[in-house]
Amino acid sequence: MATTNTSASAPASGLREFWFYFSVNRGAVIGLTVFAILVFVAIFAPWIAPFPPDEQFRDALLKPPIWDAAADPRFILGTDPVGRDMLSRLIHGARYSLFIGFFVVVGALIVGVVLGVLAGYFRGWVDVLIMRIMDIILAFPPLLLALVLVAILGPGLFNAMIAIALVLQPHFARLVRAAVMAEKSREYVAAAKLSGAGHFRLMMVTILPNCLGPLIVQATLSFSNAILEAAALGFLGMGAQPPTPEWGTMLASAREFILKAPWVVTFPGLAILITVLAINLIGDGLRDALDPKLKRS
Amino acid sequence: MLNYVLRRIALLVPTIIGISICAFAFVRVLPGDPILAMAGQHGVTPERYEILREQFGYNLPIWQQYFNYLWSVMQGDFGISLATKRPVINEFMALFPATMELAFVALIFAVVIGIPAGIFAAIKRGSWFDQITMGVALTGYSMPIFWWGLLLIIFFSGYLGWTPVSGRIALTFFLKPITGFMLIDTLLYGNWAAFVSALRHLILPAIVLGTIPLAVIARQTRSAMLEVLGEDYVRTARAKGMSPNRVVNVHALRNALIPVVTTIGLQVGLLLGGAILTETIFTWPGIGKWMIDSISKRDYVVVQSGLLIIALIVMSVNLIVDLLYALINPRIRVQ
Amino acid sequence: MKLMKTLMAATAMVALAAGAAQAKQLVYCSEASPAHFDPGPVTGGNDFDASAHTIFERLVEFAPGSTEVIPALAESWDVSADGKEYTFHLRPGVKWHTQPYFTPTRDLNADDVIFSFERQWKEDNVWHNYLEGMTWDYFQGMEMPKYIASIDKVDDLTVKLTLTEPNAPMLANLAMQFASIVSKEYADQLEASGDLAAFSTQPVGTGPFQFVDYQLDTVIRYSAFPDYWDGKQPIDDLIFAITTDASVRAQRLLAGECDIMPYPAPADLEALKADEDLTVQEQEGLNIGYISYNTTEAPFDNPEVRKALTMAIDKAAIIEAVYQGAGQDAKNLIPPTMWSYDDAIAADVYDPEAAKAALEAAGVTNLTTDLWAIPVSRPYNPNGQRVAELIQADWAKVGVTANIVTYEWTEYRERGKQADRKGPFMIGWTGDNGDPDNFFATLFSCSAIGVSNYSSWCNDDFEAAISAAKTSSDPAERTALYTKAQEIFKAEEPAITLAHSRVFMPMKKTVLNYVMSPLGSHSFKGVDVQE
Repeated sequence: MATTNTSASAPASGLREFWFYFSVNRGAVIGLTVFAILVFVAIFAPWIAPFPPDEQFRDALLKPPIWDAAADPRFILGTDPVGRDMLSRLIHGARYSLFIGFFVVVGALIVGVVLGVLAGYFRGWVDVLIMRIMDIILAFPPLLLALVLVAILGPGLFNAMIAIALVLQPHFARLVRAAVMAEKSREYVAAAKLSGAGHFRLMMVTILPNCLGPLIVQATLSFSNAILEAAALGFLGMGAQPPTPEWGTMLASAREFILKAPWVVTFPGLAILITVLAINLIGDGLRDALDPKLKRS
Repeated sequence: MLNYVLRRIALLVPTIIGISICAFAFVRVLPGDPILAMAGQHGVTPERYEILREQFGYNLPIWQQYFNYLWSVMQGDFGISLATKRPVINEFMALFPATMELAFVALIFAVVIGIPAGIFAAIKRGSWFDQITMGVALTGYSMPIFWWGLLLIIFFSGYLGWTPVSGRIALTFFLKPITGFMLIDTLLYGNWAAFVSALRHLILPAIVLGTIPLAVIARQTRSAMLEVLGEDYVRTARAKGMSPNRVVNVHALRNALIPVVTTIGLQVGLLLGGAILTETIFTWPGIGKWMIDSISKRDYVVVQSGLLIIALIVMSVNLIVDLLYALINPRIRVQ
Repeated sequence: MKLMKTLMAATAMVALAAGAAQAKQLVYCSEASPAHFDPGPVTGGNDFDASAHTIFERLVEFAPGSTEVIPALAESWDVSADGKEYTFHLRPGVKWHTQPYFTPTRDLNADDVIFSFERQWKEDNVWHNYLEGMTWDYFQGMEMPKYIASIDKVDDLTVKLTLTEPNAPMLANLAMQFASIVSKEYADQLEASGDLAAFSTQPVGTGPFQFVDYQLDTVIRYSAFPDYWDGKQPIDDLIFAITTDASVRAQRLLAGECDIMPYPAPADLEALKADEDLTVQEQEGLNIGYISYNTTEAPFDNPEVRKALTMAIDKAAIIEAVYQGAGQDAKNLIPPTMWSYDDAIAADVYDPEAAKAALEAAGVTNLTTDLWAIPVSRPYNPNGQRVAELIQADWAKVGVTANIVTYEWTEYRERGKQADRKGPFMIGWTGDNGDPDNFFATLFSCSAIGVSNYSSWCNDDFEAAISAAKTSSDPAERTALYTKAQEIFKAEEPAITLAHSRVFMPMKKTVLNYVMSPLGSHSFKGVDVQE
């Protein structure tokens, strides 16, 4: 099935091959499109949003969306309890969610990769110590641990992100450790060692690129998990604090209106679902494209 | 096998000590003051404050507080709740069955729907059934369950009025807990109406809590099935003219289910985490809500011991899953 | 074997329940689990509802729906001319509850009354510390140790309370929940068996309802006490279904899972009022949400600046957006339902232009300040964060930049008390006993600085007025003094009096004779259910 490449164009056609497998997956392409739109919306939020996210229209509290008879035509998706435009808040909320996902993944990735490489490469007591700590973190239900950490650090978006990154990083560490242990015994590593490559060079340049595939898949998974967990923390009042237009926080502070004004509850949740779904679709596509075993069939 | 079991358990000892240190340390660094948290709107006098600090041992050096704590935990004493002055372990035992029952029913819901869905999706790979099932599964997997729960309440309890809004059983039934599991207790009492009521109360929370495990199980089953269906022995069986049903039943299913069982076991930690959200939304009197309330009330003793107990439970379940896996698959033991 | 026994007991219980199918039942969706059932040391309104207003009673009580003090376990009382000696004549023939865990051999007597106070008062009393880390919060908070000189038994049905100095609010204090009368005989029995903690989990009282069962965080069951001195209650079973979330409570009431509930979310009121099976009682709450300026911090030490900043706030908008119609503009510190309320005081006006001019006149430009937002929802302020956001926007219009700060609730109050706290501090108060002293002296007396005077405000004239009012027993004189205190308060503006919240009590139309208490307690004595 795989096309034969000449060695000169290997990197480019590697990418092309990846794109070939990725684009076969219709879901993944849809996910990627939605995600691209979200990124666009997030970047250009101040220009796209009809109003600033925290501007209060005291004359238009809890207005329903445009298709309702009682709607105010200025506010397409209605307003919240203090008269802020829902659509503008949702648009700005995309910034927070994507930022949370990105920051958490980068944080968890860096910490997890460093710890995993150290553990897998040096083995011995370093390995035991690091892996025991990972075991301890994994013994707590993630949301509960994140909750306690946020309670310690103080409720807030940034602290929530730190807590979530900490909770998610053991997965990276375990993955990398296993990969490093497997690669270490390979011939090319032994050869590099013989030619006098240092520990650091060996780990970063030689071993790591070989476990990139699973890492990318894990990173996508963590991206969507981070958004969900941050929203859950926000929902429990421990994440981003109002008036930050973070979706989970919006949901929580509007929960009392669930029967009277369902739109203030429905839209933020829908936004979370769509974002997370898009990322998970991409994740599935990535796995199919990067996992050589599934390529066969 | 015994050797393997003992070795696995011995490996857990440092982890358990680490967990106890974590639980203890978390609570010490929580902002807020446990003694002030106990007082109402009038506050506490400074003299009284000192007396209480001494009484709770908060004036001792931190390491001594830890060893005192560890010592009492080893004797089965998890401390007294600051808010209710009841032993933490009693509160836990009173609330844990509610969480267990919810998690158990959620898991059954996930397994009963997830496994057949995954199997059929794999057999009919690429069909509309497969595509829809996997689409729904991925949506379920992406679901913010707190929002999902609210939607279900709006629709089924608020709009249609089919299910009760919250609680474990209608208040007209007054049954002293025997096992603490409402479904079992009502049957032990032979009270059919109470059983139905308990079941009606369980449905929505169990669906909400079971949504993500259901998605995970369906997806896992499908890919495990696909993998097994591609193996040589299944192809051989097919080639020998075995009927497709028999192939699936005899060969594929049994082998495909091993990784699925592991997946199910690993859902326990997630279920306990999800229980926090589910119990909050449905005001279900379980340990998830208990922990949240205790964190916000700054009931230090409950947070500390609750964390410890929950982590121990998750660890034990993971251990059991590992051991079962080793039992099924002897190759693991040698490693 | 044990299982068998439980099963048999349970079967008997089910049979009983079946036999009593005609029993009248009232289900109250309560807002939180009680800590336990001893009304002495607990502090929450939900704790008191579950013990003090069902199982227990006091020497005197607040009359239903008012703050007037009426006889209860004491049939009558005499106060000496110097206001320092109170003699209570106990009601004869008051029975204690008979429970599986306790069978009383005698009626209520003076020993019970003395025990009820001494356990809170005397540190050498065995019961002073019967639960780990317990505090007698209200006994201390109402300064009882300062005022009580002695409590003596005159005879079996007469008790004499001697004070160290006259104290006009004392009788009202004795009607408060912490002063509930508990059984000495039961305490002695537990002391003999060594199980002191049972006093808080298996209560015995004289009240209209007796304790049946408590399932942690789920449901409390009571039954009407057949030998109650005032006659058996019209309902047979009283059930507290613990439902912490306000919206869920409302949905349970709409779904008929409960008959009555407290503290609806403002957003749900419309739906509750619209339902034809429900009725919503409402009342002004005995509370105040306010924002304390730190009167020792520049520029807030200048009353003109304080008044200008108050003027810059659109209180009407806050009341609409935060209290959602469940609040009322507060022009005084005390709520309008309280006696001595000065209605002659003019309400705060919203005038950003004038406020800006006044700030400039006072030399305040480009002011940047912290604004403390209360981190939890309280009856007097349902959403501190939202209030802060609105004020932030209002102040921005007059050139004042406010940074919203908040901390965990205990830490919030601790930091707020510091003399060098920066910026206005959002807080509030719920009345304990219906006496104005409980607002003025508790919140703004000089001695409350560092305790609950978050404004660090000490005004000689104000202090003189409220001190004189505390020792006087002449209501007219006290009213005049408190009126003066309110005028001084408004002229000085040590705090922005934000709002008094209204309290709502939705219930089914079949619930009869429920009377709301201005003090915020929920009592089901005398309540009936129409069948």
